[in-house]
Amino acid sequence: MIELIDTYWLYFLVGQYPHGPLGGLALTLILAVLGLLFAFPLGLVFGIARVSPWRSVRWPVSTLIQVVRGTPLLMVVFWAYFFLPSLTGQNTNQFWTMLTALVVFDAAYLAEIIRAGIQGIGKGQTESARSLGFSYLDAMRLVILPQVVRNMLPSLVNQFVATIKETSLGYIIGLTEVSFIATQTNTQVLTKPAEVYLLLGLTYFILCFGLSRFAFWLERHLQQRTMAKAHA
Amino acid sequence: MIQIEKVNKWYGSYHALVDVTESVAKGEVVVVCGPSGSGKSTLIRTLNRLEPIQSGRIVIDGVDAHGPRVKLNAFRSHIGFVFQQFNLFPHITVLENCTLAPTRLRGLKPSEARDEALALLDRVGLAAKARAYPGELSGGQQQRVAIARALAMRPPLMLFDEPTSALDPEMVGEVLLVMRDLARDGMTMVCVTHEMGFARDVADRVLFMDEGKVLERAAPGEFFARPEHPRLQQFLSDIRTPFPQAA
Repeated sequence: MIELIDTYWLYFLVGQYPHGPLGGLALTLILAVLGLLFAFPLGLVFGIARVSPWRSVRWPVSTLIQVVRGTPLLMVVFWAYFFLPSLTGQNTNQFWTMLTALVVFDAAYLAEIIRAGIQGIGKGQTESARSLGFSYLDAMRLVILPQVVRNMLPSLVNQFVATIKETSLGYIIGLTEVSFIATQTNTQVLTKPAEVYLLLGLTYFILCFGLSRFAFWLERHLQQRTMAKAHA
Repeated sequence: MIQIEKVNKWYGSYHALVDVTESVAKGEVVVVCGPSGSGKSTLIRTLNRLEPIQSGRIVIDGVDAHGPRVKLNAFRSHIGFVFQQFNLFPHITVLENCTLAPTRLRGLKPSEARDEALALLDRVGLAAKARAYPGELSGGQQQRVAIARALAMRPPLMLFDEPTSALDPEMVGEVLLVMRDLARDGMTMVCVTHEMGFARDVADRVLFMDEGKVLERAAPGEFFARPEHPRLQQFLSDIRTPFPQAA
């Protein structure tokens, strides 16, 4: 096991970099971070659209979200891989394909988090903002969304955890993220599949468990703050 | 200042406002009372168009509130509205609650808005709480901040929708005092409230509503001493004897 780590740790962390493309755990994290970073504004817009008073805004977005949520991520990856190039006429590499799939998929889930957050804020907040003279969008931007994002912070961290795990599906389209690298390693070593995949599993677990605990801590921390306020 | 002409409103098949016609003069303080479900909150919420109406007209300072051409946001910014549940913005401080709209909508510089807000908070007795968050205040304090926040837009008209109904009894007085001072300074006010003491001392006129209709309107002296409508007589006797009479 030590020997395995000793030989392959760099490959595991960054893939063939700097002699080839960046891969491994670094690529997994970059994908997850970029995925959530791009998905967040999109999810925000979708979430707002989901509760829009205008049907023409609400319907197309709701349909898209329901379709994505009713589909496994693997399906979205396949669409992005096989269908997107025929649409754009350009062959995209695995990285951008996977990122596109992740962004679309996560945006749909984030949108539902945001929607729940908006609906969790009493309509009195919107009414008081509107009665001061703020437009609907200003009320959203200045009054509702800052509260939503704060309340939803733990859910956002949990979504990030999900995204990290989702990147492993990049394996299917030959993306050299950490699962792919582990498989490559296993093929080279041949005799130690249990050890290789145990290390891979541990890596995911430490990352995701750590973040989940952080989300839990965040949730309690935010709760305590509001409780303290309410009883002050 | 306010003309309400034959206003009707339905919730589905429920007739919430029935041919309401009323007017409020500049500087007048009008209290609206009535049993719950009588349409008094609905009425006050139609004045700044938080609720739509199905027929009739509401004209405030020459602006047809429910007309097609009204610039709704500008129109609302001239009407202060105080809610039963305060509805302060919990994520920002008391001071920021009072400067948000003036800086964004009146175009005040942050320093000007801050000075004005502090003066208003001082007027409601809460300048010392400027840096606190709404959640750190009592209900009565929150409601006084809500009044200051509404006043920060310099509205010529203030609407109060049961401002003391969500408060613990010991906090009702501090809010009513702020409202009384506002009335004495000449503010035009419409208040939906169950506080009959406030109606008696501060109101120029009291309206009684039941089942979506204004059944009686009179100066407070008349209103309490010689109620004409049997429903009002019943209502007044009910609130004077909160416990059911033994048979």
